[in-house]
Amino acid sequence: MNPNYELPLDEADYSFGFLDEFAKREVRRTILKAISIPGYQTPYASREMPMGRGFGTGGLQLTLSLIGQDDTLKVIDQGSDDSVNAVNLRHFVELTCPGVNTTERTTEATLIQSRHRIPEVDLTESQVLILQVPYPDPLVVVEPSEAKRKVMHGEGDYSRLLTKLYEDIVQFDEITISHRYPTRINGHYVIDPSPIPRYDVPRLYRSKALILLGAGREKKIYAVPPYTVTEPLAFDDVPFRTEDFRDANGHRRACGRCGATDSFLDELIAEDGSKAWQCSDSDYCNQRLAELAQEVSA
Amino acid sequence: MKKILEVRNLTKIHGRGCPQCIDSTGPEADTNICPHCGSVVAAYGVSFDLHAGEILGIMGESGSGKSTVVKTLYFDDAPSAGEAIVFDEARQWNLFALNAAEQRWLRNHRLGMVYQNPHLGLNFNVSAGGNIAERLLMSDLAHYGEIRERARRLLARTEVLPERMDESPKKFSGGMQQRVQIAKALATQPPLLYLDEVTTGLDLSVQARILDLILEIQQELNTAMIVVTHDLGVIRLLAGRTIVMKYGRIIESGLTDQILEDPQHAYTQRLVASAL
Amino acid sequence: METILKIEGLSKHFLLHDQTKLIPSCANVDLSVNAGQLTALVGPTGAGKSSVLKCVYRTYLPSGGRILYRDGSGHSIDLAQASEHQMLQLRHAEIGFVTQFLHCLPRKSALDVVAEPLLTRGENREVAQGKARELLALLRVPERLWAVPPATFSGGEKQRVNLARGLIARPRLLLLDEPTASLDPATTDRVVELLQAIKREGVAMLAIFHHPDLVRRLGDRVIELAPPVAVTDLLETCAS
Repeated sequence: MNPNYELPLDEADYSFGFLDEFAKREVRRTILKAISIPGYQTPYASREMPMGRGFGTGGLQLTLSLIGQDDTLKVIDQGSDDSVNAVNLRHFVELTCPGVNTTERTTEATLIQSRHRIPEVDLTESQVLILQVPYPDPLVVVEPSEAKRKVMHGEGDYSRLLTKLYEDIVQFDEITISHRYPTRINGHYVIDPSPIPRYDVPRLYRSKALILLGAGREKKIYAVPPYTVTEPLAFDDVPFRTEDFRDANGHRRACGRCGATDSFLDELIAEDGSKAWQCSDSDYCNQRLAELAQEVSA
Repeated sequence: MKKILEVRNLTKIHGRGCPQCIDSTGPEADTNICPHCGSVVAAYGVSFDLHAGEILGIMGESGSGKSTVVKTLYFDDAPSAGEAIVFDEARQWNLFALNAAEQRWLRNHRLGMVYQNPHLGLNFNVSAGGNIAERLLMSDLAHYGEIRERARRLLARTEVLPERMDESPKKFSGGMQQRVQIAKALATQPPLLYLDEVTTGLDLSVQARILDLILEIQQELNTAMIVVTHDLGVIRLLAGRTIVMKYGRIIESGLTDQILEDPQHAYTQRLVASAL
Repeated sequence: METILKIEGLSKHFLLHDQTKLIPSCANVDLSVNAGQLTALVGPTGAGKSSVLKCVYRTYLPSGGRILYRDGSGHSIDLAQASEHQMLQLRHAEIGFVTQFLHCLPRKSALDVVAEPLLTRGENREVAQGKARELLALLRVPERLWAVPPATFSGGEKQRVNLARGLIARPRLLLLDEPTASLDPATTDRVVELLQAIKREGVAMLAIFHHPDLVRRLGDRVIELAPPVAVTDLLETCAS
């Protein structure tokens, strides 16, 4: 240690918020590397967070190292701003990063930390989407050794992943992966795009917003830079399909609350035991309701 | 006949090795373990040529180094020294100078291997058809219907019932597992196929049918093969030329009928005499 | 007449390591075979007649001497020195061998066994099987046996299948080791006719016949072999 060492001038607001500047530098450097090699799982020194690993510590470290006083943060879990996890994370950032704005409106946010969903409203170039990832490596289901997985990624060898899709079609006549759908980024690396549903996978394609994915426990950060070509793994003759929310008669189900027929729906069991469907993106649903109310009053 | 494989001075030493390893091992020393450093000289100075469509037998007892030779030629094991060149249409592949990605490409596209132990050659977590699909997917075929059709044809060719193609090879008999392995190895129509004790441990009638199948395939596809076995019957039936190995060295090579009827080396004479 | 095969000073002995024995088989054999002619080897049992044929075919490694063969493109090759691949190529395309015994796949039908040499030369299956049928008929192999593997055949039937297999591809040089040993007189006559026809086509033959009558009917030249020096003598010679 150099006892005379002085910290450099804090021009980039490094000493702001919860993370110390060394942690921030580490995460930011890793983010730059991850953006430079789209889809590559960049290892980094993941810090301990004041919450259990697996509760979004990877996403939180990304958020905390990027956030500044001018930022507006939105946190969602399963599409909802009101779920316990989202509320707690948001509250934690409010506590530790003085002056930061938080919002529930997708369009107002500059930073969006999310688990399970990409917001329904198209994101813009001035927004960053941060996805919390439990298991970053899509190859983990076919190869237990990380050393071998790294070689497979390096050589672009995803045949065993495709074999798994083949087996799916053989057994079930369709690809049954509901979320974490393996997706090839920029023609090489295949990523696990976090637990987003199949419905959200096409929305990675040439996304205007930078998408960062962080796995705290697995100590990996990877990125889908803006306008990157992404392609879900599929066969030439068995194309990738999203959930279509059709009922038995082939009609597209609508949100039971706002009536939307163009959003990802959650299936709910009502108190009488019947099934109901509702927008998973609570902000989207609320905005539609507000617009409808305006139309009615006008 | 055009040459497809040239092997020169292939050597594999397990252990750190010492300057006396080579002189202290081999058939004369009656061991393949170096008494000075304990290293195992699994193969030393192995050289041979293989021509297109030819079946070469490598015969020897366990510890002779016969499996080591095919394992290094299939990149399952890295050699300590030596050179091997595959002549593939207009290209030449200097096997041990290739990087890992090139080795993988060559292995997936132009080489095939059938192991004695089906667990080494097959993935038991996926169906028989899936095993073939995996190899086709490795060679960049991405059309489900076509993969399925080719898997079905290959399994039919190796006499595995097509209606069982979606079952796990776990449920198959030993002979059937070898058939699936052969179908998998043939999936990319490699010009060069290695067969390592493929019929060892199978019932005699099953052995016979698999050997027939191998011969038929060799005649249909003109696939060059290296057949590793300790079984003189397999050599007699399949191989045009034979190499006899002991303690990591080639002690004799020749046309198979000559090796069997006029063996030159004392060891081969004993081997042949004990079998007849 | 073009000389196809010229053997000079051929000798063959076996060194049995376990018994430390040297067993001579033939020594100082000189002979030649012309295109369209048959050279017959005669001599008592143990004179090494079969060894000469096997040395030419490389089933035995010759111990000494030269076996000069003129191949289809006019090159002279010493078969005692030729590489394994050269030998395989010649066996495949030019040199045929009919032995007393049938070595073939135990599970192939007689028809396929006979047709095989043509198939491996790239002939199509229909044509090859057609020729095989002709030959089997000519050699009086009962038609009911054609689809059966020859393993269960009688000695005479096997031998006829073997002959058909050896003759079907019309080699340039044909080696015959007692090809009619277990045939009845009528079939033997058929074989003689067949061999005469093949000779007229220019095939050179080196043959051993069990019956002097066949040598007389078919042989253009006769080479008499004598049993080589006894083992003990040779070992003494080696020792001195």
